This record gives sequence, C-alpha cells and structure tokens, in this order.
Amino acid sequence: MAPVRLSVLEPLLWAAGAVALAVVPFALSTFQVVQITVFLIFCLLAVSLDLSWGLAGLLSFGQAAFFGLGGYAYAILCANDETPGVALAAGTVAGGVAAGLLGYIAFYGRLSTMFLAVTTLVVTLILLQVLGSTADPSYHVGAAVLGGYNGMTNIPPLLHEPTPFFWTAGGLLFLVIVSGRLLMAAPFGRILAAIRENERRVELLGYDVRGHKLAIFALSGAIAGLAGALFASWGGFINPEVFSLAQSAQVVIWVLVGGRGSLYGAAIGALLVQAMTQYLGYIGTAYTTLVLGALLVSFVLMMPNGLLPTFLRGLSSIGIRQR
Amino acid sequence: MSDGSAPSGAFQNRSASAGPVSETLLETQGLSKNFGGVKAVTGVDFRLGRGELRCLIGPNGAGKSTFFKMLSGQLPPTAGTILFDGSDITGEPPHKIARLGIGIKNQVPSVWDGLSVYEHFFIAAHRRLGARRAAAVADELLMKLGLATLARRDVGALAHGERQWVEIGMTMAQDAKLILLDEPTAGMATDEVERTVALLRAVNISTSLIIVEHDMQFISMIAGIVTVFHQGRILIEDTMENVLTNPVVREVYLGAGRPGR
Repeated sequence: MAPVRLSVLEPLLWAAGAVALAVVPFALSTFQVVQITVFLIFCLLAVSLDLSWGLAGLLSFGQAAFFGLGGYAYAILCANDETPGVALAAGTVAGGVAAGLLGYIAFYGRLSTMFLAVTTLVVTLILLQVLGSTADPSYHVGAAVLGGYNGMTNIPPLLHEPTPFFWTAGGLLFLVIVSGRLLMAAPFGRILAAIRENERRVELLGYDVRGHKLAIFALSGAIAGLAGALFASWGGFINPEVFSLAQSAQVVIWVLVGGRGSLYGAAIGALLVQAMTQYLGYIGTAYTTLVLGALLVSFVLMMPNGLLPTFLRGLSSIGIRQR
Repeated sequence: MSDGSAPSGAFQNRSASAGPVSETLLETQGLSKNFGGVKAVTGVDFRLGRGELRCLIGPNGAGKSTFFKMLSGQLPPTAGTILFDGSDITGEPPHKIARLGIGIKNQVPSVWDGLSVYEHFFIAAHRRLGARRAAAVADELLMKLGLATLARRDVGALAHGERQWVEIGMTMAQDAKLILLDEPTAGMATDEVERTVALLRAVNISTSLIIVEHDMQFISMIAGIVTVFHQGRILIEDTMENVLTNPVVREVYLGAGRPGR
C-alpha cells in the first residue's frame, strides 16, 4: 500500500464538483458563463503554482511568465494556421519547457529557494520588456506579428460557443486537480512533501532531489502554460501585461489567500479574489487595489495559513475530523 | 596509525592497532576541514572494520560532527581522502554516498514534521525498493521500534525521544552498510536509553555503526572500542575502560570538558 492520505470522502467531493461544473452553465446567463470561464482559467493558474509551491516548497514568481508564454505560443501558432487544439498543446509545452530550463539552472546550479523566487521574477520582467519592444512589424513569427505593448489580437478561440468552452476549461481544471491530488498521495508526491519539509534529509537517504524538483517545476509550468493558452483563446487577445509585476504577484496572492498545499485552497483563493476584484470594479470604487491590498495584509496577519486550512482546522477543533 | 601514503590496495587487509583484525569498511587518511582560519578537523586517520560498533567521544567542538558531515558528504573535506567499502568517496554528494551504503542521523533531529511516522520509513525504504516491499519494511520497522500506534501521526507532534527513534528507523530502512549516529540518545529518559541500546545491538548484527555520544553510561553499555577526539584530532583509541583511566583523557575531556549539552 502506498502512503495514501486521501480521505475516502474525497471522490464524493470530486463527483459533486463534476456535476456542478456540468450544470452550472444552464443556470447562468451567457455573460456570466463567459465571466466564470476566465475565473476557472485563473483557478488553473493558481493550482499550477500550488503544485510547486504548496507541495514541494518551490516559490516561483514566474508563474505569470509560463502563463504568458503559453498564451503567446497559442496566439502565434493560431496565426500561422495551426488548429487551436495543436496551439493549446503547444502553449502547454511552451510553459513546461520554459519552467524546465529555469528549473534546470536553479536546481542543478544549486541556487537557494529564495534565489529561485528572485530569478523567476526577473525572467518575467525581462519578458515584459522584450515583448514590449516588438512594436515594429518586423518582429514577427511567420504570419504572427507580436505587436509590442498592444500585443496580439483576433486570436481564434478554441471553441466558439461559450458553454462548451466553459466545460473545456472546467474539465481541464477538474482533471488537473484530481490528478494533482492523486500525485500528492503517491510516493512521488510524498517525496516532494519531504523535500519541502527538509531537503537535506531526503538527500541523505540517497535521493537525487534535483530531478524531483525539476519534474514538479516543469509540470507546474506546463499547467500554467495551458492556462495561458486558454486565456488567449478566451479573450482573443494577449499582450505583455501578462508578464507585469502585478500579474506575477497576483498568482502568489491567490494561493496565499486560499491556502497552500491542498490545490483546493489555491482554486478557492483565485475565485474569491477575482470575484472581489470584479465586484469592486462593478460598484465603481476607484480604490480596488487599495481594498485588495488591505485584504491581503489582513490575511497575512490573521490567517497566515490561508482560508481553507484555517477553516478545516476550525472544523476539526469542533470535533469534525478532516482525515 | 596510518602511514598516510597507502594506496587503495593496501588498506584492505591491514589490522588497526586497536580493535579486532577484520576487513576494513571505512578508512580516512589525513582528513581535514577548515572553516576559514578555524581548523575543525586536522589530519584524521581513522579506520573502521566491517561489523564494528565504534563510539566517538570528545568535548564539544572536538570535530566529531564535522567528521560525520564529511563522511556523509554534507561537507567537502579541505584535505585528505575517505575510502568506503573499496571506493574513494571523498567529496561525493550526499545522495551518492547514501546509495553506496552510509546512513546518518545528524546531531540536530532532522525529520519531516508534516509527514507521518509511516511515511518516513516508507520514503527511506522506497529509494531502493518498490512501493509494496517498502511498505512491508515500514510496517516491520513500526513494530520493531514500538511506534505502531503512532504510525499515522505527524512526526512534528511526537516527543523528542520518539523523533530520535524515527530518525534511527530511517537509517535502518535504508539498509545501509554503515550507520552514523550523532547523539542518538540525547533527550531520552533512562528506560528509553536502555531500549535504544538493545535496538542498536540488534542493528549491529548486520550493520557497522559509529556513534557520537556524551552519555558515558550509554557508551559503557554498548561500546567495544572508543575513539577520543580532541581539538580536531584523534587523541586516543582504546577500550572504554582504558580510555576512562587514561590521564590525558581525564584532563582534556572528563576533567575540563563539560559533558552533555
């Protein structure tokens, strides 16, 4: 028996989630379906960070970079007459390869955890500058003109109808969360958790931890790339803003608010923060950033573990066992 | 005791001045470690026979833990060589040394607080065994160490002595040829120390051991030959009885030194 930590109730939760994703579009207007689709895409991005940060302790500020590269890869391939399906796969690969390269340098060069966070952030900001400087039409990849800070527009969608696209994004999120949870419970996932807790101890047992860290980091980047490709398909545009400091921090904030290490927490965090951003914009306050900042500060001070872990601990303290 | 220039062929069949005549498992030649200007270990020639149980003693700062960290690859030596089981492991990374068969418990307990006792043993065994057999090894160790009732508990929630056993158990799950234990009984009550002695005697049937300890009672219960470190060098190597009556040892260690920490 492998060291399984999943509760027997968890498959029930998955079933409920699958049913909810299937029926929700029927209860909503088209506008709402489109809106929630982008939330699901952000959930996927948050979950991708939780796989490396929450599970293996590898904090990356570069999740936005892998997301953006995925989006650009999708747009470029579509503009060169590839099918959107192929472009989506290419976006995933682009995110994974970028993360793999960065991870290889960081882990095999034995950079510290803090250095990984800084390096990934710097690479993201370099991408912002580089893609921002491509305004001249001479910067093109085949038929795809990169367009500088204006970015690329008229990107063809994966699916034209909102509801099937909702199901696609939701289905991919579902798939990533379920397989991510299974991975966490498998021996590979437990070794990653051990690396998070005390890397030296894992090495002293004979494991070459660099390979393990590289694998999860590349996987995390690939999922971010997939989310980016879905995002480009959703809005039909992509511009270098995806590589901005605000975007990079946003992903970390989602995971911080929702709580690290469960994947569910990351998704809940992304949903809540995005819904709140949306609401604040809707009621027309000019202080969206200020309110969000205050929210973040209060979370770090009062719920340093994030929403979900705090909530679950509250449940277990009143007698409901969580596992 | 070593002539320092012995080629790899020569160390195989040499008997040490102290200790039984047996095949050499571990040998260091002129092993040294400097931290800036501080000489933590200086020219240590050390030999351990296969199947031996050796205790290292010495005042704090004598270089015992640094010596261990070089043997396990956690610190690269400044000079000298380490020969283990016929191969030169000097400066190899920790995971390679572990794969060759050296397990270690560091002085500071080093466990995974968020993982269960079972998971510790499973992961330790899973490096060399498939999931099914690693799980069997983990179950067996839980019984052997009397930790079965705590199997699913997070190690972060355990008492200090229990955490020490978890770490000793991990070195056992590795199936190492040589286990290095840095203060395995620190923080244990008397009955726990006695159980540890019994456990380590059983481990010693199949595995060689080097143990750093301050607890004199523990050492007299378990040790054959004792190596005394002082200021980064080996001061003397003899039976516990002779070491205790040695006037130099009394002066540098038992008299002036401050036992325990």
